[in-house]
Amino acid sequence: MAQPLVKKDDDHDDELEYSPFMGIEKGAVLQEARIFNDSQVDPRRCSQVEATQVFFSVTKLFQSEDTGLRRMVYLIIKELSPSPDEVIMVTSSLVKDINCNIEMYKANAIRVLCRIIDESLLTHFERILKQAIVDKNPVVSSAALVSGLHLLKTYPEIIKKWNDEVQQGIHSRSSLVQFHALALTHQIRLNDRLAVSKLVGSLTSGSVRAPLAQCLLIRYTSQVIRDMSNHGQSGERPLYEFLESCLRHRTEMVILEAARAITELDGVTSRELTPAITVLQLFLSSPRPVLRFAAVRTLNKVAMTHPMAVTNCNIDMESLISDQNRSIATLAITTLLKTGNESSVERLMKQITNFMSDIADEFKTVVVEAIRSLCVKFPLKYRFLMTFLSNVLREEGGFEYKRAIVDSIVTIIRDIPDAKESGLLHLCEFIEDCEFTYLSTQILHFLGIEGPNTSDPSKYIRYIYNRVHLENATVRAAAVSTLAKFGFMVESLKPRITVLLKRCIYDSDDEVRDRATLFLSVLGGDDTVDTDKDSKEFLFGSLEVPLVNMETSLKNYEPSEEVFDINSVPKEVKSQPLAEKKAQGKKPTGLGALPAAPSSGFDGYEKLLSSIPEFAAFGKLFKSSSHVELTEAETEYAVNVVKHIFDSHVVFQYNCTNTIPEQLLERVNVIVDASEAEEFSEAASKALNSLPYDSPGQAFVAFEKPAGVPAVGKFSNTLTFVVKEVDTSTGEAEDDGVEDEYQLEDLEIVAADYMVKVGVSNFRNAWESMDEEDEHVDEYGLGQRESLGEAIKAVIDLLGMQSCEGTETVPSNARSHTCLLSGVYIGNVKVLVRAQFGMDSTKEIAMKLAVRAEDVSVAEAIHEIVANG
Amino acid sequence: MELPPKVKNILLLDSEGKRIAVKYYTDDWPTNAAKEAFEKTVFTKTQKTNARAEVEVTALENNIIVYKFVEDLHFFVTGGEEENELILACVLQGLFDAVNLLLRGNVDKREALDNLDLIFLCIDEIIDGGIVLETDANVIVGKAGINSVDPNAPLSEQTISQAFATAREHFTRSLMK
Repeated sequence: MAQPLVKKDDDHDDELEYSPFMGIEKGAVLQEARIFNDSQVDPRRCSQVEATQVFFSVTKLFQSEDTGLRRMVYLIIKELSPSPDEVIMVTSSLVKDINCNIEMYKANAIRVLCRIIDESLLTHFERILKQAIVDKNPVVSSAALVSGLHLLKTYPEIIKKWNDEVQQGIHSRSSLVQFHALALTHQIRLNDRLAVSKLVGSLTSGSVRAPLAQCLLIRYTSQVIRDMSNHGQSGERPLYEFLESCLRHRTEMVILEAARAITELDGVTSRELTPAITVLQLFLSSPRPVLRFAAVRTLNKVAMTHPMAVTNCNIDMESLISDQNRSIATLAITTLLKTGNESSVERLMKQITNFMSDIADEFKTVVVEAIRSLCVKFPLKYRFLMTFLSNVLREEGGFEYKRAIVDSIVTIIRDIPDAKESGLLHLCEFIEDCEFTYLSTQILHFLGIEGPNTSDPSKYIRYIYNRVHLENATVRAAAVSTLAKFGFMVESLKPRITVLLKRCIYDSDDEVRDRATLFLSVLGGDDTVDTDKDSKEFLFGSLEVPLVNMETSLKNYEPSEEVFDINSVPKEVKSQPLAEKKAQGKKPTGLGALPAAPSSGFDGYEKLLSSIPEFAAFGKLFKSSSHVELTEAETEYAVNVVKHIFDSHVVFQYNCTNTIPEQLLERVNVIVDASEAEEFSEAASKALNSLPYDSPGQAFVAFEKPAGVPAVGKFSNTLTFVVKEVDTSTGEAEDDGVEDEYQLEDLEIVAADYMVKVGVSNFRNAWESMDEEDEHVDEYGLGQRESLGEAIKAVIDLLGMQSCEGTETVPSNARSHTCLLSGVYIGNVKVLVRAQFGMDSTKEIAMKLAVRAEDVSVAEAIHEIVANG
Repeated sequence: MELPPKVKNILLLDSEGKRIAVKYYTDDWPTNAAKEAFEKTVFTKTQKTNARAEVEVTALENNIIVYKFVEDLHFFVTGGEEENELILACVLQGLFDAVNLLLRGNVDKREALDNLDLIFLCIDEIIDGGIVLETDANVIVGKAGINSVDPNAPLSEQTISQAFATAREHFTRSLMK
């Protein structure tokens, strides 16, 4: 039975052929059957070769009057899709069938004919097909209409002429004819916006009754609504009433379609949403899984944009957590976690605990990830969430699942200091009985970094030392390193750690012995400040060179008197020689490519910058902006910049890409003119040594600025470099190069660059916890704007703050709106903003801005930004 | 944009996930290998669920799949991510009921293989090139169901029907090997 599809159809043909030729060509057919069976080796060849033959045999079957046989003939002709020459053979038979009075022949012959027809034949048979559309029999009419839908893609001009006949179908009494006619009418007018809107307008009054046609009409209606708002016709939505009336249709199919259409309207208001949410809520408790799935899926989407609208359904949603259908259960949980508030967390967790044991790992992983984000959202609830995570950690589970849990605990420990001690103990308990070496080593490493800084580091030692006795060599080695970190960081533990490490030097594995010996000598060293610093660097510093370079250097190192020097390892990421790269295809993959694109995101930048000696002394990175393009798309050299803000420095990271295969750029540098940025003075720059084709590299320029001051300014940039011609066939560059430069666009440091987007979970609490005395309020006129939403977006962009509680979205026809923003300003000052917007009839917008900050001067600074913006 | 509801494929698999009858209407799975891989994933994902009483539903690779099992037969209808699941369910129910009527209530793998021609006709009558053609089981059966062994049929046709039956037997045997 494992035969591929083509093969089966052939077998199928075989069966048919078999009957009429029985007795005459039995032997031949049997032989043919055998060929088909052998054809498992090469079904495609077989089907192609045999297709023609089969086709001709099959056409003979037209002589038979047996209806079943005739139907199979139609089916086969469609599957075989004969070549034009062969088509001629059957068209006359098909036309005969279309003109006969057996409706079943008629309908199917039309469908077959339209599948194999070409343009000249189509014009020839147009009259017959048009007649079929208005045929009394719905089966024939549907067949012709659906064929029209298929043909429209290839021969739109011809089909468009059928408009009149097709429109009659919309008023047919048969529901499917209605559906097909409506689909074809719409498709014919697809590019005529006005005609579509007219069509929809005329039909929404109630002439369409069939469920499928009604669904279609709903889709067209929401398309028209979308078009109207795209073309600036906002405000009233006359067609909304039609959608709402569909919510009361007798079939669930139409109700769902309408509810979904309403939830997907652009800028839907909560008043418009309510009736749709109500019907979806009813579906949630339906005995039919499909209905529950449809409802929870739609509500899940609504929860992303309008979490408040969905909260009414939370109780019904909670009962779905234990749904038999796991897709429904998972959707329900993720929806609840989006809409849930702080007070419902405990109840929710209890519900989830009950059903965790009987779902598959992949769903558990989804749940654990959702809980992690919940914990970040409601830090106060960490105790419950941590208990939950430690409980599930103890249960059975696969690697991916356990890793998700461990990752979540680690995230919580990092984000919530209070959770640290209990979290570390949970992890310790986990490694006591952990079957995954990878997780054990990761946790041991993490313990080594976090453990020594806790109130009582000694309690972790037992767990770590147990590893040395009970685990495999990899884990033992990791445990030795962790022990050493404790010994080094906690002076009081040093003697005990030394004893423990001494026991490890007799380990059966050489790596474990080596590490123990090494750490013993580090710990036993005299306490001069110098060695102290060195060992600290050695134990806790990260490897400053890319692993790939380290590996090559070590491979090239030949044992000699000279000691291997880690400083000789190049720190820059070399791209592969061009020729080699070509051999691999356009883009290098795997290890070679990975370091070339250092991970972006804050952590990635932080690591990257601290690895560059020139910038290492700048302190902690405050903020990194997103990419700002400094060149047009598709120019010779593509450059974008990332602004890194430090307390008293700013570093520009220029990401450059050379898009010319014939060129190699060397000594790539950016010359920055800061004459329009008075408070900045250039502190350091780092050129890019070589920039081959299509492998991005970075050049850096650093500026000093007054500490803690949000200085602003404009910088103009010029890219300077040495161009060397490259022979693309060999990939070798010429020795001599020419100096050249390339003008880049200007770059600005604006006030928003000093603001980090940090959300707060409960704006009101946060607002009230700040001193009312420090509140600064002022009013501004923002001039004429297209809409409230646009003005709000402009203010958010200007301030660079995080909008809270979904207040950045404005109901489409609102005249006033309040937007809540939060952020952290340079110097780690928490800032909250409450901006009230109002619009008058001339679209003139006024804003009342209330700012509360931990530092009064910052609140003033925010007002200054707005006043100058 | 394609607005009319679209069905991406109809699958009829056995209790081991092997094909009995399948029909694809889109190019999402261009090769036979891709089709088989998809069938395998769908089968494994739904295998352990109980879809015998009610039509069940799941999401897979940006598709919505509705399914129903009976005896050792697994029926699936796939549609796009944005599709109205109730329309897909309606198609599935139509197919399921039509097959049930055609096989006179004896719905299992053996009967399905014996009447594979009817099942293919049935699928052909439900969906045409991805567009819903008919969902009412009685109408589908009326169009696809052909009473091959009609005692009142004339002698000449009788032989053909008998031949048809023999052919069917032969076909089944070759499939069962």
